[in-house]
Amino acid sequence: MTRAFLCLALTTVGALAVSPVFAQEPKIDGADTAWMIGATGLVLMMTIPGLALFYAGMVRKKNVLATMAQSLAATFLVSVVWALIGYSLAFTGEGAFIGTLDRIFLAGVTMDAISPLAKTIPESLFMIYQMTFAIITVALVAGSVADRLRFSAFLLFCVLWLLVVYVPIAHWVWGGGFLGTYGLIDFAGGTVVHLNAGIAGLVAAYVVGARRGYGSENLAPYDLALAVIGTGLLWVGWFGFNGGSALGANSRAAMAIVATHLAASMGAFTWMALEWWTRGKPSVLGMISGAIAGLGTITPASGFVLPMQAVLIGLVAGAFCFWACTWLKLKIGYDDSLDVFGVHGVGGFTGTLLAGVFAVGALSATPELPGGVHGLLEGNPQQVVAQLYGIVVTLVWSGALTFVILKVIGALVPLRVRQEDEVMGLDVTLHGEALQ
Amino acid sequence: MKIVIAVIKPFKLDEVRDALTRIGIHGMTVTEVKGYGRQKGHTEIYRGAEYQVNFLPKLRLEIAIASEQLDQVIEVIAATARTGQIGDGKIFVMPVERAMRIRTGETDVDAL
Repeated sequence: MTRAFLCLALTTVGALAVSPVFAQEPKIDGADTAWMIGATGLVLMMTIPGLALFYAGMVRKKNVLATMAQSLAATFLVSVVWALIGYSLAFTGEGAFIGTLDRIFLAGVTMDAISPLAKTIPESLFMIYQMTFAIITVALVAGSVADRLRFSAFLLFCVLWLLVVYVPIAHWVWGGGFLGTYGLIDFAGGTVVHLNAGIAGLVAAYVVGARRGYGSENLAPYDLALAVIGTGLLWVGWFGFNGGSALGANSRAAMAIVATHLAASMGAFTWMALEWWTRGKPSVLGMISGAIAGLGTITPASGFVLPMQAVLIGLVAGAFCFWACTWLKLKIGYDDSLDVFGVHGVGGFTGTLLAGVFAVGALSATPELPGGVHGLLEGNPQQVVAQLYGIVVTLVWSGALTFVILKVIGALVPLRVRQEDEVMGLDVTLHGEALQ
Repeated sequence: MKIVIAVIKPFKLDEVRDALTRIGIHGMTVTEVKGYGRQKGHTEIYRGAEYQVNFLPKLRLEIAIASEQLDQVIEVIAATARTGQIGDGKIFVMPVERAMRIRTGETDVDAL
């Protein structure tokens, strides 16, 4: 009995070893599923409590709870809408512009359903993993209008922006749409998440207007210790964000995590060094900003680049985002309260472009594409063109539609709180609570 | 009776308290306050946004004493709270008309 079983086992192993084709048959794999369940938890942790703490630590004491409320609302509202229709429109079918209604209300996401986009894990897992990306992207945008956006307006924004901006772009890049088909590489969301949230944040800051007292009053953060804790949770969560984007428990996931961690480290070091040099002191806010800049920037490139290239990307991220937040922002004069554009927009742009420069074929090699995706340095300038195409499309779509959505919401409810409420603080005026 | 109000640097509190205990002063009220005098504030920078902070954190001590103790108390506070740097604080003295210990009903100097 034992011998027969052993014999069968050996035959199976032998068959798998000589037939790599088998690996491509849709079949749920235990290891991949286990890792992706863990990665899903890590990415959800990035928003609650990671981003909630990161953002809340940077606002004034009277707006801490209101800022956390935005991350919470993005989590529960986006989750439900994603399950109702968002997932189906983003990740089914082969349409160039939008998905299908095949998975509306999660119809067909059964025990043995497997998405053609993730062939070794249950589709339910792929669906909820992608849900956590949609959540954090919407939650990120809120940072640019912290301290003044009305909560009811934000709830409407969550639903409309998810469906009109996030879902189409996710489909174009990852769901079989025209950007992915064109050859854009975006491992974990340089365009879909960071550039998208960044430009939307910039537009929102313009439409909603500056905080009262911006440029004249002291708007210093209430508790940067909260922001440091938030950064730690985001940083660790990012291992699931980028590592999980390999959609399996494999070497590419590990390489993506190494690249992620090194870029975060180098981004933090670079921002700190530049600030120390130009402003006299190495601030804690500078270190955590540099870390997030490095993380956002490596996102599209992780899974395509080697560790030392990630160090270089982290360096560029720290320097470029520092420049954007401390010089560009003051020149242009917009009040993006928590620097969604300066960190995520600029980082997403930089990383998406650099992914096209540095992509190493060996990292993305598959049986269907044995050579993998080559970047400029491997003699493929066309990849940079594809990256720029993705960047321009994301900027135009997200920028324009965010503007339209905010105007529509503004016609339904006031976007801003009343001036006296802004002075009193959003915690007590919007939510009837306050930190003591 | 007098009440001595001393505004001092926060990190000097324990030293001042110990010195006052040694000369027989066994009570005080401490409040965290913010203010400014000759000491200028400082600049805080958050991602390039510079804020001038004019009000600095200090501690305000209120010590009720018998009039005879006044000179010694002022001397002790001045000696222990001094760093020689700008911003060491100030001492004010005011007369006290009456005092009562609520628990026992003792009044004036007996209540201190």
